[in-house]
Amino acid sequence: MNLHTLAQSLGVALPLAQMVIGLVALAAFVGVNAVLLVWMERKVAGHFQRRPGPYEVGPWGLLQTVADAVKLVGKQLFTPPGGDRTLFWAAPFTAFLPVFVMLLPLPWGRALIAYPLNLGILLVLSFAGLNVLALCLAGWGSNNKWALIGAARAVAQSVAYEIPLLLAVLAVVFMTGSLDFAAIVQIQGDMPWQWLGATQPLAFVIYVVCAVAETNRAPFDLPEAESELTAGFHTEYSGMGFGLFFLAEYANMIVVSAVATSLFLGGWKGPVLPGPWWFLLKVYALIFLIMWFRWTYPRTRFDQLLNLAWKWLIPLALANLLVTAVLVKLA
Amino acid sequence: MSRAPLPELDGDFYTRRFEAGPDPETLVINMGPQHPSTHGVLRIVCELDGEYIRRAEPVLGYIHRMHEKMGESRPVNMFWPNMGRVDYLHAMGWNHSFALAAERLGGVEVPERAEVLRVIATELNRVTSHLLWWGAYLLDLGAFTPIMYAFADREIVMDLMQVPTGSRLTYCYFRFGGVSADVDETFAGKLLDYVKYQRGRFPMYRDLVTDNVILRGRCEKIGPIAPDMIRRYGATGPVARGSGIPYDCRRRETYSIYDRFDFVVPTRTEGDAMARYLVRMAEMEQSLRILEQAAAMLPKAAGGHVNPKAPKPNWKLPAGEAYAATEGARGKIGVYLASDGGKNPYRIKLRAPGFSNLSLFAELAQGTLLADAVSILGSLDLVIPEIDR
Repeated sequence: MNLHTLAQSLGVALPLAQMVIGLVALAAFVGVNAVLLVWMERKVAGHFQRRPGPYEVGPWGLLQTVADAVKLVGKQLFTPPGGDRTLFWAAPFTAFLPVFVMLLPLPWGRALIAYPLNLGILLVLSFAGLNVLALCLAGWGSNNKWALIGAARAVAQSVAYEIPLLLAVLAVVFMTGSLDFAAIVQIQGDMPWQWLGATQPLAFVIYVVCAVAETNRAPFDLPEAESELTAGFHTEYSGMGFGLFFLAEYANMIVVSAVATSLFLGGWKGPVLPGPWWFLLKVYALIFLIMWFRWTYPRTRFDQLLNLAWKWLIPLALANLLVTAVLVKLA
Repeated sequence: MSRAPLPELDGDFYTRRFEAGPDPETLVINMGPQHPSTHGVLRIVCELDGEYIRRAEPVLGYIHRMHEKMGESRPVNMFWPNMGRVDYLHAMGWNHSFALAAERLGGVEVPERAEVLRVIATELNRVTSHLLWWGAYLLDLGAFTPIMYAFADREIVMDLMQVPTGSRLTYCYFRFGGVSADVDETFAGKLLDYVKYQRGRFPMYRDLVTDNVILRGRCEKIGPIAPDMIRRYGATGPVARGSGIPYDCRRRETYSIYDRFDFVVPTRTEGDAMARYLVRMAEMEQSLRILEQAAAMLPKAAGGHVNPKAPKPNWKLPAGEAYAATEGARGKIGVYLASDGGKNPYRIKLRAPGFSNLSLFAELAQGTLLADAVSILGSLDLVIPEIDR
């Protein structure tokens, strides 16, 4: 019995069944992966810092994150007095849930797409905007001054960096003439010089910088800047409230890396290995790069961060877009 | 949902006094006493306008341990352990100041070998102190990795110092008329090995951190201190030398055998956080130079590690007063001893360099961004237990 007949026998439309199955699969993937990524981050950090990282719990410390998660689940969920209870608890879910939707239109292989959508890029970018809402709600609902400053930073930062991000993605869209991830990957070839990253290197660099800023990772982790704002927007969260923000950060890393892989690095395409392996390999390589940034660089200051966006990335992205448009028209 | 202020959470004396500012639109926040970048229990009440600091006021006393009173309530020899705990990062500096003051008052001679050992201990401790500052400062600026490198290097010194001193952090190594234990013959070789190793590490520090464009952006032109301001507040140490005042007790009020060593006092004129950073980095290299020369002196230095005629443990200070200042990692460490000839000293006054350096902060932080204030606070290299004493 294939998916089509299953959907018919259950009386639901095929796309709906496909989407539900896709969502469940993605939820499992994101859950397992976030756990794995936290472990990976700690191992990467450890080896950068001349120490082994976690190694006690399970083989190579693999179960360390599980132990941490169990601890977080067991903690009391505390709402700060004077905080807005509804907004306070809406925030972690707002941060975490859009991730699944953002992963829906991404192609993992030739036919391995949870929900093929010809406006995939639009879907991802619009749901990516929800992240800033989550940080804003968290900061406001906490009734904490540090959290509020963190939220204010998050809003300014996200607004500033969404623009060059969009412009960088637009350059790719101009070249391919499509908003569908599957079509964009189809245009690219197996080899690195056939990827869009090779024809759009500037857009790729801008995208990576903006992706680090959008996911609030060091050196652009100003909304949580623990040496300045204690923990920024999630200062007041305990237990799984914090845990969800933490998971969302890693899930967002998967999303930005997966989008970058599809747009610039040839998606699932590559020689010898089957598609999904290439896709995962490229995604993890990008995630490793983002981790590398974090464990190497100090944090930028807030005005420097905004200067970088407004004075460098946006003009560069605009120039890139202009050149791309002219070349596409001429070609 | 109401947002009325909560009376029971509405702050203590300092907050209330501070909040009586003229502008109701500003945000008053407490940085500390439990805040990641105040290194211990410093509390700073800030009035913020957006992210700009209108006013900042340090509140002290959270780790006041009555060191001076303890010194006045026991025989002078029993005060040694306290000296390792005033500034736990440069314990040897305090050891040295206290030893000098008491020896000046009691007229105790220190043999040559003991002086060399004292210099080695103090300079090694200065390197560890600066290494830890370096790591912690970068942690304040959001770089996580350097502190691990700094700690790994510091660990070697601690292993080295552990043998003669018997401790790893809160050293109590000095005695009146010398030091508590001599080193063995292998020590000089190990010391030179360490100097060589540490020199090899500095290029990596420079490439990874000092030349990093983000770090430069966070330090250059941040918290500039004019020489006049240094004099007004009595700041010393790398903070003063970063502002072009070449004041170093080892040279200006030379003590022990520092006049025999060939080293320069690193000074920079910019006065910003980067200048203080670079002064400390250069100071570590100068300390290594001193260590190298001291290691060469060690085999020939005679006289034992302590004067055989050194005072007994129940020593009573003769009546009179004495003051001694040494160059600590954070600046001028002063110990003033006054005795009326009784069992306990009449008065002990400890001059902590961090206290004067911290007093700069309120003026420096005015008008800066919150992130810059963190950078400035880190660049002053404060050890809060020393400030509160």
